[in-house]
Amino acid sequence: MRSKPANPDAAPRAPLGLRLAAIGSILFLHLPFVVILLYSFTTDEQTFTFPLPGFTIAWFGEAWNRVDLWSALGLSLRVALGATIVAIVLGTLAAAAVHNSRFFGRDTVSFLVVLPIALPGIVTGIALRSALSTMDIPFTFWTIVVGHATFCIVTVYNNVIARLRRTSGSLIEASMDLGANAFQTFRYVILPSIATALLAGGMLAFALSFDEIIVTTFTAGQQATLPIWIFSQLTKPRDRPVTNVVAVLVVLIMAIPILLANRLTEESSSHSA
Amino acid sequence: MATATTSPERQSFIGKLSTLFYLHPRLTLAALLGPPLVWLGVVYLGSLFMLVAQSFFHLDSFSGKVVREFTLATYGDLLSQFENYNIVVRTAGMAAAVTLAAALLAFPIAYYMARYASPRLKALLYLAVLIPLWSNYLVRVYAWKIILAKEGILGWFLTVLHLDFALDALLKLPVIGGPSLSNSLIGMFLVFLYVWLPYMILPIQAALERVPKSLLEASGDLGAKPGETFRHVILPLIFPGVVAGSIFTFSLTLGDFIIPTAFGTSQFFIGMAVYVYQGTSGNVPLAAAFTIVPILIMAIYLSFAKRLGAFDAL
Repeated sequence: MRSKPANPDAAPRAPLGLRLAAIGSILFLHLPFVVILLYSFTTDEQTFTFPLPGFTIAWFGEAWNRVDLWSALGLSLRVALGATIVAIVLGTLAAAAVHNSRFFGRDTVSFLVVLPIALPGIVTGIALRSALSTMDIPFTFWTIVVGHATFCIVTVYNNVIARLRRTSGSLIEASMDLGANAFQTFRYVILPSIATALLAGGMLAFALSFDEIIVTTFTAGQQATLPIWIFSQLTKPRDRPVTNVVAVLVVLIMAIPILLANRLTEESSSHSA
Repeated sequence: MATATTSPERQSFIGKLSTLFYLHPRLTLAALLGPPLVWLGVVYLGSLFMLVAQSFFHLDSFSGKVVREFTLATYGDLLSQFENYNIVVRTAGMAAAVTLAAALLAFPIAYYMARYASPRLKALLYLAVLIPLWSNYLVRVYAWKIILAKEGILGWFLTVLHLDFALDALLKLPVIGGPSLSNSLIGMFLVFLYVWLPYMILPIQAALERVPKSLLEASGDLGAKPGETFRHVILPLIFPGVVAGSIFTFSLTLGDFIIPTAFGTSQFFIGMAVYVYQGTSGNVPLAAAFTIVPILIMAIYLSFAKRLGAFDAL
């Protein structure tokens, strides 16, 4: 696709109305990010006055010195790491099983993997909350991780199974014929061919977990992840300028894994095309 | 292989294990499938089961403790309060409005991407739609808190354009109006539309990519005006894609409690009600019973979507 100079199906030029509408929706999707960036420099502490009364970079320093922010960020990163590891292991196993064999209830497995993200977040959240409440399990770091891992499995599963479908089965047979056992075949043949898919799925899982608020509010108790910190500012704004800065930083931090994951899946799909 | 330099006995153990798996494909399957099935089956389905179970318990109003005996009292509470019906209608109405608006707004950009954009521009636009979808949801909601604030950027623009009278008139409307955009259903609708729009653009674009260009040319050659081609050729072909997108926009709006908490008036939405019941009131049974409502609505919605072929369009 990429080597062709132009899309042969493309008409020369879109009607003006369509172009304006397309530009309009892209602006609609992206202008809020510009607004956030702008407000991180405002001198206004109490309101969201526009035009901004003045510019300052003081709030970045202020945010840096906030202990509660650092602990929220730390918790979010640890939870995301834990959930990603669980999701990578379980998602890969499930993808391998569904890809390798035909068995009764195969569709049910794919359905079960997608279900936690297909149902409204509040359903997953209150379900976990009900389970914790019924079994008298206290809220801990691990209750957050378990909740997140459950809906993160799908990103790894989807990426890995898509890659497995494009990987030739004869490679695996050749490896076995040449005397490699199942573990060697996994280590030296399967793993290298699914590595980028694993990485992409893992990064999306990380992003999904780092971002999550709805399920988290039901499984965190009094603990504050970064999204919970922002949510508390959304309902009871106490530190508007610091929140503006945090918003910018979160967008910038999250852009890295998302762009990287997109890059990884894009490269592999152009290989196969 | 030179790389496989393990000790002989260890190798033989791994070798034996490997042979065992090779000879017993069912065993391999069980080993692969076991951990994810146990996790999803026990942790997730188990929790869903507990959710249903909790909805049949009830909260003792004197002790404030959950009584774990089968009772229909919680469902009785839920159904006897007239306000609860309003909450369900309000939430489903909002979800439907957001879904419809998202479909209308998503079509032009999706059509442009599918039909006019060069491959390079298409990749760029794809990323431009994908990045907001994956960016932090709360930050995107927070941005609208800034935009919709009374003294904020949108109000300023409307004043500069001398359109502030139109905004005031809009906010004076019953039901959907309010003291400011931030505190009205119109504002809440805008935020919902913003956060879920990418979920609608992507499936519609994918569906449009699959419409053969020759079909559109044939329609034009046979004398159909662009509007007629759209109505009789494009729309029927991409409809499963629209329904696929609507599953996301509808379901996500139905279960959200962040946006109704941060925007709008004090009126409850399903998500908010569930959140408040389990949190401040500690009434997990009532929260659980209320959660059955969006599950039922989504079950009905999905069965219709399936009939319309939405799952093949995902």
